[in-house]
Amino acid sequence: MITKMNHVSIYVLNQDSAYEFYVNKLGFKVHTDAPMEEGDRWLTVCPPEQPDLEISLMAITSGMMFTKETAEQMRDLVKKGTFGFGVFECKDIFATYEELKQKGVEFTKAPKEEFYGVEALFKDDSGNWFSLGQKK
Amino acid sequence: MRQTNNTYPKVYLYRRIVQAKLFIDTNYADNINLDDIADESYFSKFHFLRQFKRIYGKTPHQYLINVRVEIAMQLLRTDIPVTDVCFSVGFESLSSFSGLFKRIVGLTPSAYLTQQQQIKKQILQTPLKFVPSCFADKNGWTQKSNFEEVM
Repeated sequence: MITKMNHVSIYVLNQDSAYEFYVNKLGFKVHTDAPMEEGDRWLTVCPPEQPDLEISLMAITSGMMFTKETAEQMRDLVKKGTFGFGVFECKDIFATYEELKQKGVEFTKAPKEEFYGVEALFKDDSGNWFSLGQKK
Repeated sequence: MRQTNNTYPKVYLYRRIVQAKLFIDTNYADNINLDDIADESYFSKFHFLRQFKRIYGKTPHQYLINVRVEIAMQLLRTDIPVTDVCFSVGFESLSSFSGLFKRIVGLTPSAYLTQQQQIKKQILQTPLKFVPSCFADKNGWTQKSNFEEVM
């Protein structure tokens, strides 16, 4: 029986920039930042109140995971905002929206009441989009 | 106020409260007078405190202490000595720093520093212990398993 998810990957264009976005703008906590072979880096962060969910900020580079061609295609798709990786939750969406906007986070939808709560949409520094929600 | 697509209720209030929060985030190391923050928000102090606590789950003072401890944790992870960390995040005495740090983190600052130094050492010696093997395999990081080297 599956009980929960503990790791998930988000593909990013640059890990330094992703660190700045997820840690210094969104306020996520660094879980592991480990240098790996050949200049690779294993970087995972957690939402502040969810320390057992490691979000791996995976650099899109050619190597074992992607061929050069696939890496280029992936980077283009990410830049175009093709991928939406999930829904983040907050206690007060209006305060969170104001704070993130002041920190330079790009929103593509301001908080709006939906049947399930209030929702906004924002993009990370690579182009991945996320929903930000406050449940009813 | 009724919700619309582009506006939301009490935007003015939210901006003021968020400004106060960001002010604490930036000036945590200074001797912040929280009464001044309430005054600048142009609310009554009571209303300001109530709204701040409703949004962030803490009073401004509790929030300030938490920010200082969070920053202290970050600094300790970079091997800065406990005494230097204490004063650089705005605490005025080592004993109050240690007491508050332990209450929030569950460890004294020096125990936390030691714990983080050990984790850092482990990461450098055996980074693959920190990566699920499926990710390591996909990235080709298991070919020279440092776990095996250590064994």
